[in-house]
Amino acid sequence: MTTDQVAVPSEHDVVKAGHDAPATGMGVSNTKLAMWLFLSSDCLFFGAFISAYLFYRGRPQPGPHPADVYNIPFTSVTSFILLMSSLTMVLALAAIMRGDYRRLRVWLLATALFGATFIGGQVFEFTEFYRQGFTLSKNLSGSTFFVLTGLHGAHVTAGIIWLLSLWGLATQGRLTSRDSERVEIAGLYWHFVDVVWIVIFTVVYLIPK
Amino acid sequence: MTTVSDTVRAPARRLRVLRRPQATTGFWSWFTTIDHKKIGIMYGTTALAFFVIGGVEALLLRLQLAGPNGTLLTAAQYNELFTMHGTTMIFLMGMPLAVAFGNYLIPLQIGARDVAFPRLNAFGYWGFLMGGLFIYSSFFIGGSAPNGGWFGYTPLTSTPLGRGFLPGHGADFWAVGIVMLGIASTTSAINFIVTVLQLRAPGMTLMRMPVFTWMMLVTAFLTLFAMPIITAALIMVYFDRNIGTNFFQPAAGADPLLYQNLFWLFGHPEVYILILPGMGIVSEILPVFSRKPLFGYPVVVFSGIAIGFIGWGVWAHHMFATGLGPVAISAFALSTMIIAVPTGVKIFNWLATVWRGAVRLKTAMLFALGFIAMFTLGGLSGVLHSVVPADTQQTDTYFVVAHFHYVLFGGLVFGLFGGFYYWFPKLYGRFLDERLGKFNFWTMLLGFNLTFFPMHFVGLLGMPRRTYRYDTGLGWDFLNQLETIGAFVIALSVLAFIVNVMVSRRHGQVSGDDPWDARTLEWTTPSPPPMYNFAEIPQVEARDDFWHHKYTEDETGHAVRLPSGAAVAVEERPAGGDGGGEHGGEEHGDGHGIHMPSPSYFPFIVALGLPILGYAAVFQAVWLVPIGALVVLFGMYAWGIEPQTEP
Repeated sequence: MTTDQVAVPSEHDVVKAGHDAPATGMGVSNTKLAMWLFLSSDCLFFGAFISAYLFYRGRPQPGPHPADVYNIPFTSVTSFILLMSSLTMVLALAAIMRGDYRRLRVWLLATALFGATFIGGQVFEFTEFYRQGFTLSKNLSGSTFFVLTGLHGAHVTAGIIWLLSLWGLATQGRLTSRDSERVEIAGLYWHFVDVVWIVIFTVVYLIPK
Repeated sequence: MTTVSDTVRAPARRLRVLRRPQATTGFWSWFTTIDHKKIGIMYGTTALAFFVIGGVEALLLRLQLAGPNGTLLTAAQYNELFTMHGTTMIFLMGMPLAVAFGNYLIPLQIGARDVAFPRLNAFGYWGFLMGGLFIYSSFFIGGSAPNGGWFGYTPLTSTPLGRGFLPGHGADFWAVGIVMLGIASTTSAINFIVTVLQLRAPGMTLMRMPVFTWMMLVTAFLTLFAMPIITAALIMVYFDRNIGTNFFQPAAGADPLLYQNLFWLFGHPEVYILILPGMGIVSEILPVFSRKPLFGYPVVVFSGIAIGFIGWGVWAHHMFATGLGPVAISAFALSTMIIAVPTGVKIFNWLATVWRGAVRLKTAMLFALGFIAMFTLGGLSGVLHSVVPADTQQTDTYFVVAHFHYVLFGGLVFGLFGGFYYWFPKLYGRFLDERLGKFNFWTMLLGFNLTFFPMHFVGLLGMPRRTYRYDTGLGWDFLNQLETIGAFVIALSVLAFIVNVMVSRRHGQVSGDDPWDARTLEWTTPSPPPMYNFAEIPQVEARDDFWHHKYTEDETGHAVRLPSGAAVAVEERPAGGDGGGEHGGEEHGDGHGIHMPSPSYFPFIVALGLPILGYAAVFQAVWLVPIGALVVLFGMYAWGIEPQTEP
């Protein structure tokens, strides 16, 4: 992903204090490695729900079916907005690494707003589907669709709260270029959630049954 | 224990919510500690308490089955007890007890001062405790304890309350509680992986790492990838029961195999999550008490990794009787046979380690040898299950119960008990009593075989699992009686162990730092180790480094003790590591100047929020949600802005 950043004193250093030049280790900070591990675990979490969706796709069940209610152009637009938020996330990281705190705040807020727009789109989409009779308990597709996309939405929402918290710290001047890794790690999570959406959008919306 | 943290304190104004706790001793310090050794002891004590509770449940089950047409328990109580026995022994005893060993030993074995995320470590413990208490609270509120089996097959567990056959909120408690335990064990898995990959002492390359640490690393990866799958499956179960989804509702056309696939995709790696730590412990004990290096170290390590990989490709052998079709069944039968190979390789490595060694039959060694014998029996009946026609006969009979108790009790529990006897002197500076220990071992071996060996026979005679009583005249009566007697012999054995721990902690024979003449880094520290573990971070030169500091070889290949302090003599080895050395500097000795992470309230507070959210979920009490969420968020934010160490 991103390139090297300023050496941040991490939890690692406290514990290892006592000798310089650690001869062992992976060359990344502990917190970043931990985030990668969490994301790899989260892959299987989504994988289970995506499998459930695929497992039941095409089984005989009462309508309406997902294909009857999808509004692909609309979802494409909100998906595009979510993907653009990855760009603003990268810009936020670049800003904090340069020490440009004004742009950091702008881009963090923009990322959160793009995410919120996506969530707004999802809420609209869900209500629209419900109006057309495609609900959580209507059929197998309804259960697998709403729970999968809903949990993705929950992930995005958690990400928005995280971004806003960082933005709050940044406005108080408590997020300096020494802390750029905090932004980078939030970014890792945010990009992951975006990538998962690409998979969901492709598998659930685009591939016809 | 000296406090390392309260040296100099700068009066800097910083963002803070609560005053930072400072005490590292006393009652309240247990709630705020982030010392991996204390947390290890807390994990161990709690898991042993659950072991006793799960054992009492097993005794009640055995009393009910002691004779035909037992009347001690009702069918409903029997369901609760066998469900909670399995859930307890797997999630509240097996996994956390392995984590207890890992917590205490991994940093010591790799030459680190703590784990990578000390506060996350504390959270893992509190999450585990809260999850356990949460599940057990279902005995008192909610109408019923979990009662659908530890595997919780759908649609039995997923049918909404009132429409289904399971009374009470048991299945809700089970689903939500295990999600909670999953969160806790995932954090500890991440912590272990980062610790092992990042915090090893200089020179401690991966292929010099003690096998126990290696196996905990593999276990942590398995936990990391297995828990999210069961979490997803349990969320589906919970939603089916409570918000009207159809994941497992046959009326909507759902397929019961979805749950079984998800569950066993978690469930089979879970088996290796339980057994690999036991294998690691045994691989530490056998070389020390045979006075030989572990035979074929790289092969043992790679077999462990191979088990970790192949363990993901065998899950459907739990489902041979469900009609998967010949292709799937053949594939899974083959992979099940293949996974026996690395396991068998390990057994031969252990045997070769002991072969012609100077064997000392201390209690720890007895348990390790017991592990090999009992685990091999369990492995052999396991291979039988890969033979599909045989398996379809054995499915859901006591033969299966016999098999997995041989691997999990004969394997894991024997390994863990060996570990207790081996490392107890490190924890308390005193030996566990050997005479009580031998009694502990022999009664456990006897009781274990008396309980579980006859289950092979009653299983082949057709006795089904999970039925609360049986008729007389089926040829099962005498064998069941034997099993019940055996179960009480095991109880006696565990009782002897508890007495041993209670007495030896205060009055045991003083052991010194390296009582077994061992070879790994934890034995270079004082017993018990100081808070900072190593006054000076060791420099590692070889596998079994500590041994090479103590011994060299003569021309015939026999070990010759180096005169103490002459560690320099061998192969231009630089001094150090033997708890001393020239380049100690001002840090040497009393550990002053070593900055350790400070205690914290917040891991406990975040964990406290989990059961509140859990009760909200089980009883659909929406008003509880904001309270739980506030507690969790408060804890997380305060944690986030709290520095790891007070200056």
